[in-house]
Amino acid sequence: MQFFNEIIGIISKYWQMLLKGLGYTMLIALVGTLVGLVIGLLTGVLRTIPKSKNTFLRILQKIMNFIIAVYVEIFRGTPMMVQAMVIFWGYALLAGGNTLPVIGAGLFIVSINTGAYMAEIVRGGIMSIDKGQFEGAHAIGMNHFQTMFYVVLPQAIRNILPSVANEFIINIKDTSVLNVIGVAELYYNAYMIQTMNYKIFQTYVIVSVMYFAMTFTVSRLLRLLEKAMNGKNSYVVLGSQSDPAAEIRVKEAE
Amino acid sequence: MADTVFEIRNLVKNFGSNEVLKGISATVKKGEVISVIGASGSGKSTFLRCLNLLEQPTSGSIEFEGNDILGKGFNVEAYRAKVGMVFQSFNLFNNMNVLKNCVLGQMKVLKRSKKEAEEVAMKYLSVVGMSAYVNARPAQLSGGQKQRVAIARALSMNPEVLLFDEPTSALDPEMVGEVLSVMRDLSKTGLTMITVTHEMQFAREVSSRVLFMDGGVIAEDALPEVIFTSPKEARTREFLTRVLEKRA
Ligand SMILES: Nc1ncnc2c1ncn2[C@@H]1O[C@H](COP(=O)(O)OP(=O)(O)OP(=O)(O)O)[C@@H](O)[C@H]1O
Ligand SMILES: [Mg+2]
Repeated sequence: MQFFNEIIGIISKYWQMLLKGLGYTMLIALVGTLVGLVIGLLTGVLRTIPKSKNTFLRILQKIMNFIIAVYVEIFRGTPMMVQAMVIFWGYALLAGGNTLPVIGAGLFIVSINTGAYMAEIVRGGIMSIDKGQFEGAHAIGMNHFQTMFYVVLPQAIRNILPSVANEFIINIKDTSVLNVIGVAELYYNAYMIQTMNYKIFQTYVIVSVMYFAMTFTVSRLLRLLEKAMNGKNSYVVLGSQSDPAAEIRVKEAE
Repeated sequence: MADTVFEIRNLVKNFGSNEVLKGISATVKKGEVISVIGASGSGKSTFLRCLNLLEQPTSGSIEFEGNDILGKGFNVEAYRAKVGMVFQSFNLFNNMNVLKNCVLGQMKVLKRSKKEAEEVAMKYLSVVGMSAYVNARPAQLSGGQKQRVAIARALSMNPEVLLFDEPTSALDPEMVGEVLSVMRDLSKTGLTMITVTHEMQFAREVSSRVLFMDGGVIAEDALPEVIFTSPKEARTREFLTRVLEKRA
C-alpha cells in the first residue's frame, strides 16, 4: 500500500515534468520517424534511377550512390548515443563554443539516424514490388519519378508499414539516449526526479508504464492505418447490360 | 514512305553472351495487324520489348515514323505514349482502381485535364465492356477483366501502335474469348497492332501478316493464308504441325 502511495505522491508532485518529458520523447520520435521515412523514400527513388546513357550523368549517379551507401553504413554502424555526442560537441567546437539548441539537435540526430535504417527498409520495399508494375508505368510513357511516386512507392509504403512501425517504437525508446546531450525527454526528466526524491524504483516504474503506453498506442494506431491502407474489399458495379439502372454489389471474388 | 510506322534493320539483342535476337529486319505499315508466332524462347517477347525500349537493343536500328528511336536525345517517354503495350501479366497498377489506372498516364504524360482524361477512359472502358467496374481494384477482377482494362488503359493514351505480348496466355480458357473478341474489334479500327500469340486461329483470321520467328530471326514473313496453308520454310511447317497437333 505504501508503494502505491509513493507512486501517487511522485505523480502528483512531478506530473508536469513527467508529461513534458513524455511530450518531448513523443515529438522527437514522431518527427524523427517521419523525417527518416522521407529520407528513406528519397534515397530509394535516387538509388533506383536507371543507369544514364550519358557518361557525365552516370558518373554523378555513381558518386551519389556511393554517398548514400556511406551514409547508411556509418549511421547504422555506430551507436546513436555516440552520434549525438559527436554531432553536438563537434558543432560546438566548430562554432567556437556555441551549442545547438538541444531539442533541435535531438530532432536532427534521430532523423538522420532513422533515415539510414529507412533507406534500407525502403530499398527492400521497392524490391518487393513486382517488375510488372514498373513496366506497366514505363510502357505508357511515365518517367522514373512519376513511376515511383504514383505507382511503386504507394505500394512499397504499404508493404513496409510494419517495419516503419517498428522504427517508430524503437525511436520512442531510444530517444532516451539523448539525455547525454541534455534533451529533457522522459528518461532525462525521470533521472532528474530520482536525484531529487531518491525513490529510484518507484520513479522508473512510472516511467516504464509511460513508455509502454506510448509504444502500445503507436503500435495499435499503425495497425489501424495498415488496415485503412488495404482499402475496401468490395466495389460497386455500376449498371448491368440488361438493366443499366441496376446497381449490383459484388463481394471481393478472390 | 509516309505510311511506314516501323523500319527495323538488323536488330540484335544480347543478354550477356546470349544472343537472343540475331538480326531482325522488318517493315510495319500503318494499319497493319501483325501476328508474331514461334516456339518458346525464339525471341518474340524480346523483339516486342525492344520496340518500346523496355529492352535496349544491342545493335541495329529502329525507326518510328522516320525517327531513329535509338538516337541520342530521343524522347523515350513521349514515344512510349504513342506505342502502347499490353502484357501477358496485365501489369495494372495494384494501388488504383480501374478508372485511375486508365487516367494516370493521360494526366501525367499527355497532360490532359482530369475531366478529359476521365471521359477518354470511360470511352475506352466501354469499348472493352468494363465501364461498370470503374471502382474495382485489379485484385478484385478476373484475368479476362484485368486484361480488358489493360487494353483500355493502353487505348486511353490514343496510341498509334499497340503491342500485345501473349495477351491471353495467362488466362483461363473461358476468358480467352472475351479478350480476343476485343482485339478482333480493335483490328478493324485501323489501329496498327503487333501481337505475339500462341492463338493460331486468331493469327490466321485476324492478322494481315504473320511473322514466324525461330532462333532469334524472322524465319518467314508472309500473309496468314500462306503461312498456314503453304509455308515456304520447312521450319514454319514443322512448328505449325507441332502446335496444331497439340491442340487436336
Ligand atoms: N532479361 C533476360 N536476361 C537474360 N536472358 C533473357 C532475358 N529475357 C529473355 N531472355 C532469354 O532470351 C530468350 C528469348 O526469350 P523471349 O522471352 O524473347 O522468348 P519468347 O519467344 O517470347 O518465348 P515465350 O513464347 O516462352 O514467351 C530466352 O532464351 C530467354 O531465356
Ligand atoms: Mg514471350
